[in-house]
Amino acid sequence: MLLDRNLHIRAIDSYIDPSVPRERAIVTHGHADHARSGHGSVLATPDTIAIMKTRYGEDCARSFQALDFGVPLAIDDVTITLFPAGHVLGSAQVLIEHRGQRVVVTGDYKRLADRTSQPFELVECDLLVTEATFGLPVFQHPHPRHEIGRLLKSVVDNPERSHLVGSYALGKAQRVIGLLRDAGWDAPIYLHGAMIRLCELYQELGVDLGDLRPATGTVKAEMAGQIVIAPPSAIRDRWSRRFPDPVVCQASGWMSVKQRARQALVELPLVISDHCDWGELQQTVHDTKAKTIWVTHGREDALVYWCRTQGLEAEPLNIQGFEDDGGEGEA
Amino acid sequence: MKRFAQLLELLALTPSRNRKLAALTQYFREVPDPDRGFALAVLTGALTFRNVKPALLKDIVLREVDPTLFGMSYDYVGDLGETIALIWPHHGGQGDLPTLTDLIELFNTTSKSELPKLIAALLTRAEINERWALVKLATGALRIGVSARLAKTALAEMSGKDLQEIEEVWHGLKVPYLDLFAWLDGTAERPDIDHAARFHPLMLSNPIDEEKDLGKFDPKDFSAEWKWDGIRVQLVLGDGTASLFSRTGDDIANAFPDIVENVSGEAVLDGELLVGRDFEAASFNDLQQRLNKKVASAKHLKESPAFIRVYDILFDGREDVRTLSWTERRARLEAWFVANPQSRLDVSEILPFSDWDDLARQRRQGADEHGHEGVMLKLRTSPYVPGRPKGNWYKWKRDPNVVDAVLMYAQRGHGKRSSFYSDYTFGVWKGNEIVPIGKAYFGFTDEELKLLDKWIRANTLQAYGPVREVKKELVFEVAFDSAQESTRHKSGVALRFPRINRIRWDKPASEAGTLEDMAVFVAAS
Repeated sequence: MLLDRNLHIRAIDSYIDPSVPRERAIVTHGHADHARSGHGSVLATPDTIAIMKTRYGEDCARSFQALDFGVPLAIDDVTITLFPAGHVLGSAQVLIEHRGQRVVVTGDYKRLADRTSQPFELVECDLLVTEATFGLPVFQHPHPRHEIGRLLKSVVDNPERSHLVGSYALGKAQRVIGLLRDAGWDAPIYLHGAMIRLCELYQELGVDLGDLRPATGTVKAEMAGQIVIAPPSAIRDRWSRRFPDPVVCQASGWMSVKQRARQALVELPLVISDHCDWGELQQTVHDTKAKTIWVTHGREDALVYWCRTQGLEAEPLNIQGFEDDGGEGEA
Repeated sequence: MKRFAQLLELLALTPSRNRKLAALTQYFREVPDPDRGFALAVLTGALTFRNVKPALLKDIVLREVDPTLFGMSYDYVGDLGETIALIWPHHGGQGDLPTLTDLIELFNTTSKSELPKLIAALLTRAEINERWALVKLATGALRIGVSARLAKTALAEMSGKDLQEIEEVWHGLKVPYLDLFAWLDGTAERPDIDHAARFHPLMLSNPIDEEKDLGKFDPKDFSAEWKWDGIRVQLVLGDGTASLFSRTGDDIANAFPDIVENVSGEAVLDGELLVGRDFEAASFNDLQQRLNKKVASAKHLKESPAFIRVYDILFDGREDVRTLSWTERRARLEAWFVANPQSRLDVSEILPFSDWDDLARQRRQGADEHGHEGVMLKLRTSPYVPGRPKGNWYKWKRDPNVVDAVLMYAQRGHGKRSSFYSDYTFGVWKGNEIVPIGKAYFGFTDEELKLLDKWIRANTLQAYGPVREVKKELVFEVAFDSAQESTRHKSGVALRFPRINRIRWDKPASEAGTLEDMAVFVAAS
């Protein structure tokens, strides 16, 4: 078998997104549950390598090999090609070809246009290994423009309060900023310290995010009516007390479940996801024309069940280290 | 409907009570009759639909969605209404939803056979938040963190009227509360509710803080009684009529004809409903049997006759005595009993005590020898104030029994805890095996819940749907009020009011309690 259930490509002894240090790793994107430090050599897109170095340091792997999108790399009789996954900047799907057999490992992906990430490209294959973070029919993501509209309406309705938008530092933060800019919000956007390096990196890599300023050191009263981007852990913590009566917002696909938003004490949930929703997962399974589907990362059971009802072979992977994290991950 | 959906969403997501109040006040002020009245009915749980039930909604959804996928989704989301709202696969019908009033009218007047079509069309036409509100409305399970009391508090704030005045007329009012709002708006007199047939909101107690309160309180200022283990009731005796209300104002007279047919006199009395012969209270279990029935069976009437242990009087004849002090009311109560001899009512006895240590000793003894739940302390000068006023009545519960039990199964919670394994089944040793003795889902902090959830995921032996069987390695110190024999549990023991007292991360399962340990508690109850 070309690829085993631990996403190990035996012919070239390489693992995709291994959760423990490996001699050879192919990394789909920079999120912590996919990209870890301590591997021997890492094959990834140039953007992903830049992100890994920014997050974990220059020496987080012994060596890096950058592979541009769409450029086939032949190793023995296996060919690896990376295709955009549309999840975050640099995120890739991995196409593995071997004697006419085509396997695609999607990594995390979304199909909706996002100007802070290279747009998803569909790759036809025989075996599709897909994520299923939002693999239940209750996940039907609204258009992000609509969600940003709700945020801006709340800013207008509550001029005396500041809005803290909980967003993961890699990907979501830049996406939210990009969406705000597209919606015409050209005021400065304030950043928690944990956001700054990656936002700078995005801008260096050519993603325009407009006027960004550090949130620390601002005067409380002047932050009324302003938008602040911070990690989810900071928006309800002591850090948030420096802002006037903040509206706690969170941008995540999980926010469609109101009980979950309440549980996280989020006053304004914004359903902005960097993953496919249920419909897009089904669409992708269909579009790739794959006959065999392996499902990992998330609610595998439902997607596996559905694939089988479509006459496809489907299995959950249950890879160690990727256990259902109850939505605390970078989604 | 749009406005109401926005209100519900805001209420559900705003943690601040003051902001919720402000939103409610604004809504009641700005929305016209009868919409605001229907909204109030929804918020206070006063509205039920004869034919629109959760099961019907589920049926409607299952015509459109694969049942297996629905089941997985429900298990994940944890709230039926929210699952239905999120999973509904058709979107984008034409036009707005009807007003709240029209919707309720439609729910009430559409024939049973036409309802599925109507509701499906509404779900399709609604935007996501409206769909959520629509399902909440139809299933009646709001779960948005708004109590009826908060809604009434908003009415008081909006109108400047006293909350207590609103509560007094509340139980005599009819949806959509046109006369209430007219009074609140200042365009009409306060609604005139028949005095004798109405429920009067109860006065509730606060738990005592032994360290803080007892040092401060003078024992002479308080009267003590046993805390009875029944249900709190209000008996309203009019001229030849008798109504019996539960603590929330539900009319439960049909379940207790043995009481309402055997009382006389005129008064409004507050007391504990118990079962047993000759005023000797039997176990709560026996009472539970009767509470489960809407109408009493002949067998129950014979084997578990009911009586009320009265501890307060609100109206003496037709005279409102609630503003009198407890001492004066107690005198009125005793005099009323002399004037109106009763076969199904008796008076809760006063426990004399010299100081707090003395009362503590009696409390312990009462618990050990008679299974009493604890004692009640009542400030002698306190008037009868509806609600839970501070500083007047206190409950001083007995120390709980505890047992070290081993976690066996964990189930995901519902609502706010839908992503956490928060419902725990635990057991004790019976020889070499562990047998379940109970289930608890509170007593731990949110931080502890996260740790437990993590432990459970890492130590799962098998998963059955939402339930996980875990390694028998984690010990809970479980507190409970009493233990009873049970045929429902494999262990033969059932706990009353079990809760997790402490998580014994340090304790090996081999040192957990045994079934023999439990026998002592069963014997004591």
